[in-house]
This record gives sequence, structure tokens and C-alpha cells, in this order.
Amino acid sequence: MTAPLLALDSLAKSFTMHLQGGLVIPVVAGISLDVAAGECVVLGGPSGAGKSSVLKMIYGNYRADGGAIRVIDRNETVDVATAAPRRVMALRCTTIGYVSQFLRVIPRVPALAVVEEAATAFGLGREEAQARARRLLALLNVPERLWSLPPATFSGGEQQRVNIARGFIADHPILLLDEPTASLDAKNRAAVVELIEAKKAAGTAIVGIFHDDDVRERVATRIVDVTRFAASAA
Amino acid sequence: MTNAMTDAPLLTAEAVTKFYGARIGCRDVGFELYPGEVLAVVGESGSGKSTLLKLLSGQLAPSDGRVLYRMRDGVTRDILTLSEAERRFLFRTDWGFVHQHAEQGLRMGVSAGANVGERLMAVGWRHYGKIRTEAETWLERVEIDAGRIDERPTAYSGGMRQRLQIARNLVTAPRLVFMDEPTGGLDVSVQARLLDLVRGLVADLGLAAIVVTHDLAVARLLSHRILVMKDGRAIETGLTDQVLDDPREPYTQLLVSSILQP
Amino acid sequence: MSALATSGTVAAGGYNFAYLDEQTKRMIRRAILKAIAIPGYQVPFASREMPMPYGWGTGGVQVTAAILGASDRLKVIDQGADDTTNAVSIRKFFEKTSGVETTTHTAEATIIQTRHRIPEKTLTADQVLVYQVPIPEPLRFLEPRETETRVMHALEDYGLMHVKLYEDIATHGHIATTYAYPVKVEDRYVMDPSPTPKFDNPKMNDCAALQLFGAGREKRIYALPPHTKVVSLDFDDHPFEPTKFDHACALCGATHTYLDEVITDDAGGRMFVCSDTDHCEERRAEGHRGALLGEAPAAIAGAAE
Repeated sequence: MTAPLLALDSLAKSFTMHLQGGLVIPVVAGISLDVAAGECVVLGGPSGAGKSSVLKMIYGNYRADGGAIRVIDRNETVDVATAAPRRVMALRCTTIGYVSQFLRVIPRVPALAVVEEAATAFGLGREEAQARARRLLALLNVPERLWSLPPATFSGGEQQRVNIARGFIADHPILLLDEPTASLDAKNRAAVVELIEAKKAAGTAIVGIFHDDDVRERVATRIVDVTRFAASAA
Repeated sequence: MTNAMTDAPLLTAEAVTKFYGARIGCRDVGFELYPGEVLAVVGESGSGKSTLLKLLSGQLAPSDGRVLYRMRDGVTRDILTLSEAERRFLFRTDWGFVHQHAEQGLRMGVSAGANVGERLMAVGWRHYGKIRTEAETWLERVEIDAGRIDERPTAYSGGMRQRLQIARNLVTAPRLVFMDEPTGGLDVSVQARLLDLVRGLVADLGLAAIVVTHDLAVARLLSHRILVMKDGRAIETGLTDQVLDDPREPYTQLLVSSILQP
Repeated sequence: MSALATSGTVAAGGYNFAYLDEQTKRMIRRAILKAIAIPGYQVPFASREMPMPYGWGTGGVQVTAAILGASDRLKVIDQGADDTTNAVSIRKFFEKTSGVETTTHTAEATIIQTRHRIPEKTLTADQVLVYQVPIPEPLRFLEPRETETRVMHALEDYGLMHVKLYEDIATHGHIATTYAYPVKVEDRYVMDPSPTPKFDNPKMNDCAALQLFGAGREKRIYALPPHTKVVSLDFDDHPFEPTKFDHACALCGATHTYLDEVITDDAGGRMFVCSDTDHCEERRAEGHRGALLGEAPAAIAGAAE
């Protein structure tokens, strides 16, 4: 196995709810995990086990309470858990891609621009970005008449496919997938599986959550059960 | 983004403190702002947001601490040591200031074209035709019909006035824009349009901005980073989505949980 | 201006020479000297109550009183004319309080106090032109705060002045300001030339005579020393142009002077005549004849006929 692009080292997370008298909700503790290029590591375990929280910590969306999240960014190793916000912003542009469960809709921005934006942030030229965006939206069966419209009025499935296109458009070495196929029909699930396979073949290190057994079986290189790392209640 | 990593900060606040007599306006606030970054300063009324904005833009002298700004010539200066002439020059070239009430940032008695052209004339533009063409271009950019260039802002709606104010500020291609509650007092639909416009302009022009707002939705949409203020102190800071999705401080958790979700 | 030492001189009627007391005159002279030293800069002075209402030339009168000497010869004009109310009363005021000689002839005067005009005849180095100024601040209508306009002058922050001209062009297609047209003095201060027509602006530039401006209500004095550079503000593509007239003076035939339109009867009859009455009369005395000279009413053609 090649050197990992992403390494979690004793990662821990809990939430302190100050509005509920300082109630501490433990999420995960002691997660150590390496992900190499071309691998698709699937996080397993029941809902509430903290799978999404792990992805969000890797993306810098949640803060880690302990441990390290080491990411190879070109020739440099960056620890997301302690990096400056500015560094994390740069990682999101060039190194870590993320498909969230829901598309965050921005008023007035058309679907095509939503998708392109991730590519231009990555550093692709405008033409290349547009070509890729069109190809992806077509592949994911988003009707062309919707491309110039803001996704606010789209159905849940349509929004999610725009979100997937946005996550897959760039060539991030690391890709995080949070239930990308949740609200999709069989045809579109298959399209997403194909996209994931292509990314793996291209050497992308993928960490994903799939609650659909069929998809999970097809794309997983290995499955890591997050309940193994469940933090004990404080 | 990666190129900017090696850049020096555009603006640096070092332990900026302001007392109003015994009362604290703002205490020990420090951060660095890099070119192209948007920082949101959030908190309730009276939390010190507006005081901080005035301190950062040199309109108020701090009781302690300092604010450094990297000028266009690459030299970093303490803004408090700038002469009034230098400060004014900065304000009509490299800085913009968008007021909550457009009336404060516009000349209501002169036409929209003159409002946009004023900064150009102040920096020495002396060709009427060119000034007018530039003003028209900017009106279009902020989605105001160029045919209304000769109307006074008094004839404009609130949203249009705010967009005009933005055009007036951006016409000299500033590198840093201060915004004080830019969407305050506007209808929701008007807000959305303005936010999207500002978001686009900031990205296209590579502007750095410091946006004071009590509206967390505005912060989420516009800013990369956020600074939460309470009782004059910066109690929590970080990536905008991180602070809003995983707030740590009791006060931030209260703020975040107080948002009405439609 | 000659023989400034006038202290102790008491004119007829028991007035101090030229009405003002000597200490006040010294104070005004100091302000004048400072104004001359900083061309175009508005110097504050302790303007006095004068025995005439504000708006009647109290600023100009105080400046004239401060520089007037016993051997001066004074001319007073209002809109170019020596025989209008304002000019007549100020002339009488100085005749009564100082006893100096007065004249209507530009060439003979050593001090000319004026409201709204510069004489057509080129002024000379031994003359002083004193302007009555209602509003000395050229930035006033754009920026009402006096504290702010002072800072703007100090920092040469004059973008706003062009905003006014921009508005003119945007509204009228050309710079429609025809009087009180702002000028820049020695590439430094923007100055209001008082409500003179812009026709007269070029005469201010490189003028051999000393030009003094007094604003009584606003308590400001400013000055243009002889041969000062005075440039009217404009745009590259809308350059400053002095007013031009389509007519010649109906009385003296002059084509290079500032003309007033005069209504001659109730049937809409009108004629254009020189606003500078002295200059017009002089030309007629030299034999110049305008188209309507023979038929002009005596009230307009004046004593020369």
C-alpha cells in the first residue's frame, strides 16, 4: 500500500451543550485510520454513531477535541485539526472535496454556476470548468432546462445531483462523501457508483458514508465500523 | 488561494482596545485579514461590533493596541500614524465603507452618476465622458439601469440606494471594504439580491472585506471567517461554517440556536 | 491705498476717517496681509456691524475702509454701473465719512469697490479691486459643514467641486454655471470669485491690480495678489468658455464687453447694452456708435448724450 494521503490519529469529538446545562454528548474517540490513494474507505455503523461528524472534522467543518487529521497537500503535511482557518480554506479549494448530505442553496446562483464554482476554485480554467459541469450534470440526468436556474426550487433529488456534480468536478486528491446516494433512484445511483469508480481509478483517496448496502458493497475497498471508536459517555 | 498563502496580511489588528470612560467599547481584539478574505463580525447590538469597525477603519483612535495596513506600495503602516490627508486618500482609493443607511454613504442631492464619479474626480479624473462611461459601467454591474444615471438617489428604492452605495465605493477598485450591516433594513427579497451581488463582486474583484452584521445568514453567505463579539471581546473565531455548525462558546451556541429556520 | 497713516483723522460729521476705528482697521489690514500671503485662502476676521444691512456690501466696505487713504480716489460699481442704488449709497458713505475724492472713471480710480463685475478697462498695478462677497465658500452647497469644508481646503480635497460641474453637464449638456464660477488659485486653493459673471473670470488671471474679497456676514477676507494664476475649473472634454454675446452694445457698438438686456417699453422692446456704464460712455465719447444710440431713452443712454 502506498503512503496514505489522509491519516486520522486518535481523533476525538464531543459536543458540549451549554444551553442544556453544559451537557456533554460524546461522539467518537480514538479514531485512527489511514486512507491511501485509490482507496474508498466506507464508514459503517448505525445512525448517531458519529460517521458524519468524522467527515465534517476532516473537512474542517467540525472542530476536533483531540488527535490529528494529517493531510498530504502536495509536498506538505497539514493537520486540519490545528491548521489556521486560512490553511483549511486553501485545502478545501485544492485538496479536499466534499459532498454533503444537502446542497446549501445560494439565492440567484444558477445550477451550472454552482457546479462550475468548485472547479474554478480548484484552479481549472473557465472553459474547462464549464465543459466538465455540463458533462457531469448530463451524466447525472439533471435536465438541461434546469441548468440556468437557481436550485432553490429543485426537488430534493435534483438538488442532491447538483451537489454531487459540484463535489466530483474537481480533481481533489481526497474526496469525502456523506450519503451521496441517499435520495437517488436506481439509475442515478448507478451513475454515482460509476463516478466513484472513476475517481478511485484516478487515485483519489475516498472516505464515504453509504447507507445503501448495495452501493456500499460495490464501491468499498474496506469498511470501518465507527462504533468501535464510540466515546464513552462522560 | 494558494498563491495568496505566501502573501503578507492586508490588515492586522493587534490587541485593539477602546474604552469610553470606564465602559469597554472593545477589548483585546486581534486578527489578520489577508487579500481576498471576507471576515464577518457578528454579535448583538452593543457587543462592540460598530466600535471595532470604526477602530479598524481609523475613524476612532484605540485606547490601546494598533491596526496595521499594508498600503499599495507594499509598506505596512499603523493607520493611527497616517496623516489626515493620507487617511482620506486611502478612503477614496484603496478602502470602501458601506454604511447600513445608504443615505449616510451617498450624496442625496446629486445624481447617481455624480455619486459614482465623485471618487474618480477626487483622484484626478478630468474627462467628463470617461467619468460618465465608467459610472454607467458600474451602475450596470450593480444592476441599476444605466438610463437612470441622472436621477438622484432620492428617486431610488432602498435596495437600489444600497447598490448605488456599493458602486460608489468600488469604482476605484479598493482592496478592502468595510461594511456595516449592509442588508439591515432591507426587505428579505431585496437582501438576497444584494447579498448575491456583493458575494459575486467580492469574488470577482478579489476584495477583502470586513462585514459587521447581526445576521448569521449574511455571515454564512458572504464570509470565509467569522469573529463573534460579546461585551466588547472577540469570544470565538474561526472558519464561518465551523463556528456556525460547531459553535463552542455558550454565547455563540445561543446565537446560532436563535436563528429562525424558514 | 496711499497714505495709510490716517489715525486721528476725523471727517465731517464727527466720524472717524472711513467710519471704522483705527484698531479695527489694523485688525482688517492684518487679515488682508495674510490673505495676500496665501492667495485664495479665506482668512477669518472680526467683521463689524456696519450702518447698512448684510448683503449690501458690508464686507467690501470694511476692506475698503481699512485700505482707504486720504489721497485715494474711489469708484464704486454695482453690476458694472456707477449709478445704481448700492453703488451710490456706498460712494456717499465714504464721501461723508472720509471725504476722499470719488470718481466714476475706472482709469482715474485708485480703489474700485465692486459688486458682481470687473471693469472692462484693464486694471493697472496702482489700483485695488475690492469685491463684495455674499458667500465666500465655494464648497458650501455641496458640503454644508464648515468644519468639513475647511479640512477639505486644507487637504486640497476638491473632488466635490467637479461633482458640481459634472451635475451641470449631466443636467444641461454643458457647464451651466454662469456666475460665481469656481476657480483654482495658484494651483492650490479653490476660490469663489463672488457672483461675478464667468465672463469676467479670465480678467482675474494675471491681473496687474491687487484683488481683495470681503464677506461681512461670513467674516472672511481673501485675496489675489497682482499677477496671480487663476484658472477656471473645467473638464478636458468640456473646457471653460467665457460667455459670448450674439449682439454688439446697442449704444457704443462694443462686441467684447459684458452686456445687460434692457427692456425698453411695454411692447417687448429690448436692447443689449454694456453693463460697464463708464466704459460704454467713454467709448461713445471716442465716437463709437451703436445701432440704437439715437433712439435709446435718456435713462439708458445716460448723461453722455
